[in-house]
Amino acid sequence: MTKTDLTRRHLLGGAAALGLAGLPGRARAAGALTVGFIYVGPKDDYGYNQAHAVAAKALKAMPGLEVIEEERVPETNAVEKTMESMINLDGAGLLFPTSFGYFNPFVVAEAKKYPKVQFRHCGGLWTDKDPKNAGSYFGYIAQGQYLNGIVAGHTTRSKKIGFVAAKPIPQVLNNVNAFLLGAQSVDPAITCQVIFTGEWSLAVKEAEATNALIDGGADVITCHVDSPKVTVETAARRGAFVCGYHVDQSPLAPQKYLTGAEWDWLPIYKGFVADVQAGRSPPNFLRGGLADGFVKMSPYGPAVSDGARRNADAVKAEMLKGGYEIIKGPLNDNTGKEVLAAGKGLPEKAVELESTNYLVAGVRGAV
Amino acid sequence: MSQDLGLWTVPLAVLGGAIRVSTPFLFVSLGETITERAGRINLGLEGTLVFGAMAAYATAVVTGSPWAGVAVAGLAGAGFGLLHGAICSLARVNDVAVGIALMLFGSGLAFFLGKPFIQPSAPPLPAIPFGFWSDLPQVQAALRVNVLFLVGAVLSVALWWAFRNTKAGLVIRVAGDSAEAARAMGYDVTKVRVLATMAGGFLAGIGGAYLSLYYPGSWNEGISSGQGLMAVALVIFARWNPLACFGAALLFGGAGALGPALQSVGVSSGYYLFYAAPYVLTLALLVATSSPDRALAGAPGELGLSR
Amino acid sequence: MVADAAPSGAQSGMMVADKRTSPVIQFLAWLARRAEAVVIPLGAVLAGLALFSLFLVALGKSPGTLLDLVWRGGFGSAFALQNSLQRAAPLLFAGLCVALPARLGLVVIGGEGAIVLGGLAAAVVAPPLSGLPAPLVVAAMALAAALMGAAWIGAVGALKAYRGVDATIASLLMSYIAIALANHLIEGPLRDPTSLNKPSTLPVGAANMLGPMPGIGVHWGLGVGVLACLAAWLLMERTTLGFSARIAGGNVRAAQIQGLPVRRLVVGFTALGGAAAALAGFFEVAAVQGNANATLAAGYGFTGILIAFLARHNPLAIPPIALALGGLEASSGLIQRRMQLPDATILVLEGLLFLCVLVGETAYGRFKIFSPHLWASKKAATA
Repeated sequence: MTKTDLTRRHLLGGAAALGLAGLPGRARAAGALTVGFIYVGPKDDYGYNQAHAVAAKALKAMPGLEVIEEERVPETNAVEKTMESMINLDGAGLLFPTSFGYFNPFVVAEAKKYPKVQFRHCGGLWTDKDPKNAGSYFGYIAQGQYLNGIVAGHTTRSKKIGFVAAKPIPQVLNNVNAFLLGAQSVDPAITCQVIFTGEWSLAVKEAEATNALIDGGADVITCHVDSPKVTVETAARRGAFVCGYHVDQSPLAPQKYLTGAEWDWLPIYKGFVADVQAGRSPPNFLRGGLADGFVKMSPYGPAVSDGARRNADAVKAEMLKGGYEIIKGPLNDNTGKEVLAAGKGLPEKAVELESTNYLVAGVRGAV
Repeated sequence: MSQDLGLWTVPLAVLGGAIRVSTPFLFVSLGETITERAGRINLGLEGTLVFGAMAAYATAVVTGSPWAGVAVAGLAGAGFGLLHGAICSLARVNDVAVGIALMLFGSGLAFFLGKPFIQPSAPPLPAIPFGFWSDLPQVQAALRVNVLFLVGAVLSVALWWAFRNTKAGLVIRVAGDSAEAARAMGYDVTKVRVLATMAGGFLAGIGGAYLSLYYPGSWNEGISSGQGLMAVALVIFARWNPLACFGAALLFGGAGALGPALQSVGVSSGYYLFYAAPYVLTLALLVATSSPDRALAGAPGELGLSR
Repeated sequence: MVADAAPSGAQSGMMVADKRTSPVIQFLAWLARRAEAVVIPLGAVLAGLALFSLFLVALGKSPGTLLDLVWRGGFGSAFALQNSLQRAAPLLFAGLCVALPARLGLVVIGGEGAIVLGGLAAAVVAPPLSGLPAPLVVAAMALAAALMGAAWIGAVGALKAYRGVDATIASLLMSYIAIALANHLIEGPLRDPTSLNKPSTLPVGAANMLGPMPGIGVHWGLGVGVLACLAAWLLMERTTLGFSARIAGGNVRAAQIQGLPVRRLVVGFTALGGAAAALAGFFEVAAVQGNANATLAAGYGFTGILIAFLARHNPLAIPPIALALGGLEASSGLIQRRMQLPDATILVLEGLLFLCVLVGETAYGRFKIFSPHLWASKKAATA
């Protein structure tokens, strides 16, 4: 069946569409799997959404697979309808709603409604009370921020580093803590100023925050917002060094970019797809860091010293073995309260990291 | 080497923020002042601003010249102004409604055509280092002034003077205060208004160029976050006075820098409330300077908003 | 200008036909007047589609495919219609928040603030009442939201009436303040400590959540929204209050000379508009999210401005326009997926369509065929 034929018929008799709406509108190979990606922002944002879209693009090359995408879907009931539309109109059998706020109540409700479709949500929220055809995946990217911190610790001259953060939620706080702890592993005197912008994507405020950090003396900057483009460019223009986040931003600041913490979603997606294609139910809960290939580092920039490389590479080798403890006692938070007693430590898979509500000693800023 | 300035960081950041952030507000509100003085409201300058930002960035990427980007942004803005002006010249068409539709259309077109330009980097507009006399990098940074900011400052004085002292200024004001009077004087009111809307669009487009080519100096779909709409509203606050527009834009930019600056000196709780400072401050000033007895002083008589 | 935007087609043609003319002729005259209000916007939509088709052809994409997808994604099936209706629901309330004050000549563009604070108020009252029967809790939530919204936008009206502060800028400023306040409270004092990575207030409780409307599958915001539009129309067109408001919107001096309470009317109509917008927030909390979080500021308030102006501030025109807009947005996903066009495609189409519909406003009264006088007078002469 060709698309144009369908088109004409629909235009002539609108009611005919009613009967056909249930059929997948695209000519697909029999038995092919349709995979739907849903992004909260534009898929080429040089950040969070792009990291997923890059993997989706790579999947498109795989045989027997149809990849469909929708961008800028808000975290309202609009995402329910997007999922239903992908299932009803495109015949999607596996969905990746990639934004954190999609999960509850939307992904849960749709998973109950469509028990034959597999839903895997990016964010690590799934528990065994949730439907079995839903699940979560996420990466321990704080490891990447720790390595960022090591390089930053070797590079900073002012002994002040800066962090542009969106909101004080556990994932962001883990990144801030890891960035400073990495730097302090080089020089314990280093402090980190954090500025919260309050929004995941707000260009002017991110630029103002970056300027405020640099005015306050910080000379290495990183961030956790949806699109780091503005932060990276602003910092580089002010002469500060930057560590990237989400994807490789080195082309934006070739001289000032040190390294960056990047997602690598492709292996996860390939695994999920292979499971569904083989008729298996993919894992419900999947987490991993550097050791599992979920997180990777940008190549070092020209400003990174040999010592910094050696140090970061050595720690990275340790992390690749798994079980590396970034949060390790004795450790206090920045109000003086004890976080962890001496001798204790939290490896990357520790559940305690999911409810981090503190900034470690040396971070200037409040939760 | 930078040194710790302590609490001095805050006023310095407010000064720097006022200079960095105010320019788009300034250009849009000056443009809207011309349009509204002639008796039309163009609420669609948000769309023009976003389109100008995209057009400037794309042009700068392709040609390598940021100034070519500014020119194209201005022309595109004038085009949108022409569209608004022409449609509103038809009988019974509501200018506020057309503005809202153009807001959608301008942003939509900018997002659509701008997709291929999110990844590449464009050459930024140059800035003049007025802080050369200081050893402090913070002062040097705060006083790096973009040429467009200076153009805007000069323009606000020039417009203020022109509205009072030139024939063109008089014609615009008469068209805005009483179409009948303007017709009686032999002027084509429609033509005056269309031209005034085009001038407004031109300036708003340049405001967009500042956003994408200088500060924040990047093209993405969240570049404006409603600055064009706010700037149009600021015209009412500035009572249709170009000099007051300059003040309002500075106030807005400076107050916007307060939130990040306060966090950087350790005032970190309640940052959402600090981020609302520009809005609270503007509202407070607005309430304080309004009076129930007199109509809005300086409001063009033909303007829908003032009724 | 805003006062000019009052519906012109609705009443003016009704009583033109002379009493002596036959019912057939009266009907023809009535039909002619009504047909104008249908044919002109339809023609404008077709013109907009033609322009958009040119745009697509220039890009090498098929306009036919796109139209087919708009139909299928937004209107052509039960599922598509449900999708569109769900998107339309909050827009009904948001549109009323603009249309009601517009009757008095006020351009209120800050409905978003009332939506956010209304939703927050609804979410805050539920947990302390958790022991009570669900209908009571839901009623309390709706009441809290409506009062919050009425106070917030009513304050805009009061500032205008008693201080002479322009409502457009005041409402816009206040909407930003409202969103900041809500974010502060949701991530600070009112945060549910167990809402880790998505800061939210305490849940309102599954028992207090509204289900979908039977048979339609869309939450109750749709039904209540349509009723609210109907009620607003009755208020505007069929009551003394609405009539007084129209007079005050047209000419404040005249209204004051007639002894109308202009200030109280301004405060009352803005408060009503705010209450309507806040109900959109209430339904987001009670029917969709189950708590208040940052997604309450989803932009419905700003879309409502567009809807109200396209409806020429006629509440009865708000539902069909909201549905049309909901349908366009519902089809956006399909267009992205099937045609590999960016999400902004639908924005461009919306912008073009609305521009054409607005240009069409100028055509009213220009075609003789729609004139009741043509039908009534000609036939009356021969009768």
